[in-house]
Amino acid sequence: MPSRSSDTRPKASWALTLAALGTLLFLHVPMWIIFLYTLTPEEATYTFPLPGFTTKWYGVALQRPDLWRSLTLSFQVAAIATVVALILGTFAAAAVYRSNFFGRESISFLLVLPIALPGIVTGIALRTAIGGLDIPFSFWTIVIGHATFCVVVVYNNVLARFRRTSATMIEASMDLGANSFQTFRHVVLPNIATALLAGGMLAFALSFDEVIVTTFTAGQQTTLPIWIFSQLSRPRDRPVTNVVATIVILITFLPIFFAQKISAEASDTEGETK
Amino acid sequence: MLNRISTYFYRRPRLVLAIFLAPPILYMLVVYLGSLFSLLINSFYSIDDFTGIIVREFTLRTYAQIFNPANREIFLRTASMAAIVTVVDAMLAFPLAYYIAKFASRRLKTWLLIGVTIPLWSSYLVRVYAWKLILAKEGILSWFIDLFHLTGVLDWLLSFPAIGGSSLSLSPIGMFIVFVYIWLPYMIIPIQTALERVPASLLEASSDLGAKPFQTFRNVILPLAFPGVVAGSIFTFSLTLGDFIVPLTLGNSKFFVGQAVFSYQGTGGNIPLAAAMTMGPVLIMVAYLLIARKLGAFDAL
Repeated sequence: MPSRSSDTRPKASWALTLAALGTLLFLHVPMWIIFLYTLTPEEATYTFPLPGFTTKWYGVALQRPDLWRSLTLSFQVAAIATVVALILGTFAAAAVYRSNFFGRESISFLLVLPIALPGIVTGIALRTAIGGLDIPFSFWTIVIGHATFCVVVVYNNVLARFRRTSATMIEASMDLGANSFQTFRHVVLPNIATALLAGGMLAFALSFDEVIVTTFTAGQQTTLPIWIFSQLSRPRDRPVTNVVATIVILITFLPIFFAQKISAEASDTEGETK
Repeated sequence: MLNRISTYFYRRPRLVLAIFLAPPILYMLVVYLGSLFSLLINSFYSIDDFTGIIVREFTLRTYAQIFNPANREIFLRTASMAAIVTVVDAMLAFPLAYYIAKFASRRLKTWLLIGVTIPLWSSYLVRVYAWKLILAKEGILSWFIDLFHLTGVLDWLLSFPAIGGSSLSLSPIGMFIVFVYIWLPYMIIPIQTALERVPASLLEASSDLGAKPFQTFRNVILPLAFPGVVAGSIFTFSLTLGDFIVPLTLGNSKFFVGQAVFSYQGTGGNIPLAAAMTMGPVLIMVAYLLIARKLGAFDAL
């Protein structure tokens, strides 16, 4: 095992460091700019520098019943899609981990397809299928659509954790007289708990701000991203849209951040124990 | 009682496997592949030109429509955009990926990776929206360009009919910037993963054998990072190919594939043509995935 310690690492040239830093800023600064614009008193344009400073748009946004409805809907959709993804993803990961069977390699391929193919393909495919079966577009058609691409996130997280968990622990538990259920409850579950949490949070974030598939599978329902999308092509409430966009960033930021932190720490401890 | 159930299942691993596998597989087969199949079927239907009703009879007429000059132009325009975006993303992604993989300390690496993955997972729509603000005629980028007295250069660029428009927020240049921005994290992660696997001893060997840093980079690092670039380009290419939000938000009347599909399906009510058009990106992606697998790019995913 080659040494992973940082002291043997060469020093990066200043040009490389600068380029890396530049790319990182390029990735992040645009999101801060939305926040900046929530504070502008200007309603009709995106004038920069801001002509003044106000926090009134937050209050205006909070008074809008249509926004509250969309926010609630997005929460409900994301919550149910996450639960479905947690169940299906964990099952698939367990099956792939514990046995070798014909077509095992295709499972990953099948699960990753909904995020590998452009969202529009998934969206229009679901729309023709749902329409062809004369199923009315509803809350549940949105959930079904979201679950298809959330499964793979849970699956990847849980499978990676399974592979890090040593099989001897499970054998030891069984040897000591625990039955399968006890082993699951006291050995497997504590081991994969944070992976479930990470996968679940990512799935939630993914569903909460999904727009492409949703435009095809929603009927009259307006999720928060659909609301923002309608403002993109025909901006009517610019300041309120800025506030909503900031709220979406905040709501998705925390789950994503913690999910990444959990996965990073999991692979870090793996490096230490090796 | 539980012990007996447990033993029963323990003796029948195949049954347990079936119980685990059935729900996800059934879901994906029925909902996802079923839908894709229905899309495929629809692409072989056609639409009655007079009544606008879908004729449920097998025909290749709809596919023939794809190759009419207008649609061919749409495909060409979209594929060129996807190709340029992919190349530029690869160039932008490389330094950061290289830095994370080979130079950052362990602590810094964790934070940098989080810094790359947060934009990857966070709201795609909001990230597009951010650029609507930035690229607006009266917006922040114009202000900076004016600060450096480069407004003339910008106006000159925007005057080209193929890439220009009335302002950056309504032009192919603007779309290009947004596409590059949106998909960049998808390129950084696979390249970083590929570089991570290049053993340090290999680089030391290269310099011991007298290679200058640039030669090591050119002859050792770059070839070994290539599968990562291919893996990343799967995402950048496919995602650009199928996107309709960015063209709808920043584009002009010149359609892109995703946008064309969206409008045929929606206002046009021509599901067969929309279905047939998505088969283009699907075929390109499948071919791409097959080539990528040959090159070993899946290992870098």
